[in-house]
Amino acid sequence: MKYVCLIYDDEQLWARMSAAERDGIMGEYGAFGRDVAASGHMRGGNQLQPTSAATTLRLRDGALSVTDGPYAETKEALGGYFVIEARDLNEAIQVASRIPSARIGAIEVRPVVEMGPPA
Amino acid sequence: MTGGVAGAPGAHAAVAHAAVERVYREESRRVLATLIRLLGDFDRAEEALHDAVAAAVERWPAEGVPANPRAWLVSAGRFRALDRLRRARRWDDRAAAVARALEDAAAGAPDAADDADDVFGDDRLRLVFTCCHPALGMDARVALTLRTVGGLTTEEIARAFLVPAATMAQRVVRAKAKIRLARIPYEVPAAAELPARRDGVLAVLYLVFNEGYAAGSGDAVVRADLSGEAIRLARLLAELLPNDAEAEGLLALMLLHDARRLARADAAGDLVLLEDQDRGRWDQAQIAEGVARAERALAGRPVGPYALQAAIAAVHAEAASVEATDWRQIVALYDALLGVRPSPVVALNRAAAVAMARGPGCGLEAGLALVDRLLGDGALGGYAPAHAARAELLRRIGRRVEARGAYAAALRLTEPGAQRRYLERRLGALGAE
Repeated sequence: MKYVCLIYDDEQLWARMSAAERDGIMGEYGAFGRDVAASGHMRGGNQLQPTSAATTLRLRDGALSVTDGPYAETKEALGGYFVIEARDLNEAIQVASRIPSARIGAIEVRPVVEMGPPA
Repeated sequence: MTGGVAGAPGAHAAVAHAAVERVYREESRRVLATLIRLLGDFDRAEEALHDAVAAAVERWPAEGVPANPRAWLVSAGRFRALDRLRRARRWDDRAAAVARALEDAAAGAPDAADDADDVFGDDRLRLVFTCCHPALGMDARVALTLRTVGGLTTEEIARAFLVPAATMAQRVVRAKAKIRLARIPYEVPAAAELPARRDGVLAVLYLVFNEGYAAGSGDAVVRADLSGEAIRLARLLAELLPNDAEAEGLLALMLLHDARRLARADAAGDLVLLEDQDRGRWDQAQIAEGVARAERALAGRPVGPYALQAAIAAVHAEAASVEATDWRQIVALYDALLGVRPSPVVALNRAAAVAMARGPGCGLEAGLALVDRLLGDGALGGYAPAHAARAELLRRIGRRVEARGAYAAALRLTEPGAQRRYLERRLGALGAE
């Protein structure tokens, strides 16, 4: 079963870190990615540019509105995600708890809707 | 077991009906726990259980009560579930997988294996841990545990928690949906996770107990039932985790608190404090069981918070009066509790025990100094019992003006109810002296 691990981080906290601190965490992300690929759980993922690079759009009655910024302004913002394959939620939690941002931010684990054969 | 009792047909049917009722009452939760494992789905298992009971009502009068009714119900439930799956319009991959597993299980002549007590025990433990999974909200854990492990109806749970039945039904439906969609596994956690997950289960059971025990609003009888149910569930857990000192400790704590139930309220339903309770109304048999269990729990290493709280309750329960209470022992137990689970409320209780342990005079002053320091720290400023404890110590020391102020502070923080009436009586008595 597939789960998406949405990574929420405080962007201010990242901005205040020294280059060495940031490099340290990015190194941990590299190690995590390699471990999880080796254990067969990894199905992909991406780091996202900060919310200052985000654009939100809405189409209403045919009119497109485009605004600067993320969908929701919150202290902890979506900063990246992994897609993992796990037997069940317990295994998914076990994998997600090793994502470095679990220590400083939060990880939301969401099951992916499994598409069965047409009814 | 009564198998194929001879006699008049009418008597035979009555015996069979009584047997179905008895088996349902005693075994339905075990059968459900096993069916959830076999069918991989709470709703499908409940449906299968109902089908199996309907089949028993139909067939036992004619065929006699089977030698092993529990295994019979599991078997019938599994058969009916398979039948439903085959007839279902939507034959998806998951249904096919469940059907295959059911056929494999049936082919392997599993009745004997599935009926072993330890298999049923394991399934009940799986059910408890699944219902109390930390990925479910606390409200959902409580509702699902009482519904599926305890077998209470949704209406009963709703009445006890003073919420509309529809709200409670919604909680149960959502919890089951989350288990299905997020695939919360039906398993007892691995050894490494067991202590933390066990604590989660104990927290659910203690919350249920306190909901029933707290003197407050709501139907007193329904609430007493809730405490009784929590004790039954804690008993089950202690039985299923026989070497777990904290499970034993929680059961001991509940038994010791509940043993004082009758003495805790006066005729008007008002709260009677421990020191004013008629100890003759305490349930001595239950205290004896609680004390024995508390002693076993205290032997666990490391000693856990429930074992220590049970030990404190045991010291109170064994004392003939407030004066005869071993307060030094209680202070020592609070010290140990602060070591494993530090909290300002525990520190407040310790301060009250210190006041008693050192006796009138210097004890009261020492207790007051501790309470003042806790209130000064800020964490307890909005906690009425802290102000009430301070008021009580000031009153006994003889500083009446300050005592009145402290009672007033406690009253400002207390909702109308038994607790408020008690504080008003205390304040009134102080004015009249």
